Amino acid sequence: MENLSILTHLDYTLMIVAIGAALLGAVSGALGSYAVLRRQSLLGDAISHAALPGIAIAFLLTGSKTPLILVLGAAIAGWLGTLLILSIVRLTRIKYDSALGIVLSTFFGFGLVLHTLIQRTGNANQAGLDTFLFGQAATLLERDVLTIGILGGIALTVMLIFWKELKLLVFDEGFAASIGFPIRTLDILLTSLLVVAIVLGLQAVGAVLMSAMLVAPAVAARQWTDRLRLMVFLAACFGALAGVSGTIISSTASRIPTGPTIVLCATVVVGFSIVFAPNRGLVWDRIRQQRNRRNLKMETSRY
Amino acid sequence: MLEGHLDILLIAIVTAVACALLGVFLVLRRMTLMSDAISHAILPGIVLAFFLTHSLSSPLLILAAAGTGVLTVVCVELLERTKLVKEDAAIGLTFPALFSIGVILISRFAGNVHLDMDAVLLGELAYAPLNRLKAFGYDLGPVSLYVMGTILVLNLVFICLFYKELKLATFDASLAAALGLAPTVIHYGLMTLVSVTTVGAFDAVGSILVVALIAGPPATAYLMTDRLSRMLILSAIIGSVNAVSGYGVAFLFDVSIAGSIATMTLLIFVLVFLVVPNRGLIAIARRHARQKWEFAQTMLVIHLFNHEGLPEAETESAIADLHEHLSWDPGFTSQVVRYALNNRCVSRKETQLILTAHGRTIAQQALVQ
Repeated sequence: MENLSILTHLDYTLMIVAIGAALLGAVSGALGSYAVLRRQSLLGDAISHAALPGIAIAFLLTGSKTPLILVLGAAIAGWLGTLLILSIVRLTRIKYDSALGIVLSTFFGFGLVLHTLIQRTGNANQAGLDTFLFGQAATLLERDVLTIGILGGIALTVMLIFWKELKLLVFDEGFAASIGFPIRTLDILLTSLLVVAIVLGLQAVGAVLMSAMLVAPAVAARQWTDRLRLMVFLAACFGALAGVSGTIISSTASRIPTGPTIVLCATVVVGFSIVFAPNRGLVWDRIRQQRNRRNLKMETSRY
Repeated sequence: MLEGHLDILLIAIVTAVACALLGVFLVLRRMTLMSDAISHAILPGIVLAFFLTHSLSSPLLILAAAGTGVLTVVCVELLERTKLVKEDAAIGLTFPALFSIGVILISRFAGNVHLDMDAVLLGELAYAPLNRLKAFGYDLGPVSLYVMGTILVLNLVFICLFYKELKLATFDASLAAALGLAPTVIHYGLMTLVSVTTVGAFDAVGSILVVALIAGPPATAYLMTDRLSRMLILSAIIGSVNAVSGYGVAFLFDVSIAGSIATMTLLIFVLVFLVVPNRGLIAIARRHARQKWEFAQTMLVIHLFNHEGLPEAETESAIADLHEHLSWDPGFTSQVVRYALNNRCVSRKETQLILTAHGRTIAQQALVQ
């Protein structure tokens, strides 16, 4: 009887974590589609690293470890980092990749400096930084899942409200500007949505792996369709699938961290899609090539 | 104690210069993020080599990591070649996957051995001088200084030997290929060196901040010059300045050395971004302001020139009514008039504004254009 209660309790924790991971995967998959289509796949990596000083400053200012306050700090820092990247690219001849690299690493370095300051005051333990880097999906509580659900839901709703505008921004920025859409505002809106998704994901998968949560489901979804609507939907599904399967796999054995397992699951989905997706996939491509070759041979042998 | 500082400073400078020199080519070839990818993706290589050798200082570690680094580059390029994935997404897929494998390997099998994730990711420069090279009973200095020194020499030799090839492959890859200079070989040579340098720099700054050393100084130098040779020298100097000032700050406030070097990298980049002549933010803002006033002044002299000598000239050039004729804001108009007076394009004649010879030339030139 006692065993049974432990079992149901474990299952309950696992269920909470799985729901959280699924929600996260769905939100980051859907929003990541835009980043991938705009060739800004690595922006997520930059934002998630740039968030560290924000978390540290939020803690230094308020002295509290309330998730919401830290999330707010992370969001502000990530957002500032993105603005810096955009203005470096706009105002200098430095290219996007270098601007990303500089902001990513130096913001993170500054966060590290602040972190050593905090450590010296003895207010926090090393665990804080580890969680930031690798996440601790296993510690997701009902409260956290609720936060992910609400904030992620808001982000997705905003995405749906501005569907047409964002679609135009992604596929034909020049045309959007020419018919009077406020391009820069839309750009900042889209970035802000990404920031929300990333900051929500930090606790579960951590800064280093967050970029994969944005990129992998979107790349996988891209292989199956040419329509944005379907791609965003599929990416959300793939993200959720990776979240749930990663959580379950990592729970089957001890000492398999959840975040990296989720990322590997998402990578497997990508691999499968690249190989087997109809039309674009490698297998399909090979078959088509052979059919063409055969047809060509038949055509030429006729003469 | 002083010697310890000197050791740390030397290691920091050598590491910074080694990274900055390679970084120049990465920044120019738009491949900065490849260094980010490599620095994360070599984790499984390090872990596997560590399982084999049970030592963190074995040279096999560097070889294994360099191999994994090149493997990362190959993976990214294979993904790209399928034409199903763009370059940025290919990078964003490859390195988290490899990094995840590394993390899982560590937490699954290396729980009890000493392989600290923080040490790999963040590094700790303060401990670098503790591991010393000893021979015949003499203390020859810290091991990492020798490792990074060798890597720096390797990088220098590579750049000096293949300077022409690197330059051409960077700025015009197809011409380089047409001339038979094998840009692919150069590319993989560069990527191998980036991997080796990244592993070497682990000890000092860890994998995330390597990117600051690789991207920061070259990008700062890129703002200051148009010549490749000068960019290389400048970025080596900036790298050293970042390292020294970063160490100073870390010592003053007793904080993470690598973190302060990265912070100084950002500060110096932003400083140069603001003040560098011609391309800096301040220079751009001043140029815009000057263009605004010059354009307004040209409009003013053209207006005066159009009505000069005609019957309506007296009303058209009355200072008090100018803003109505030009449909400008009165305040702005008086500022423009003052600007033009200062430049001796116009002069005041009682209540009117008349053109000087200089102002007339400006107006004529503007109208001809």
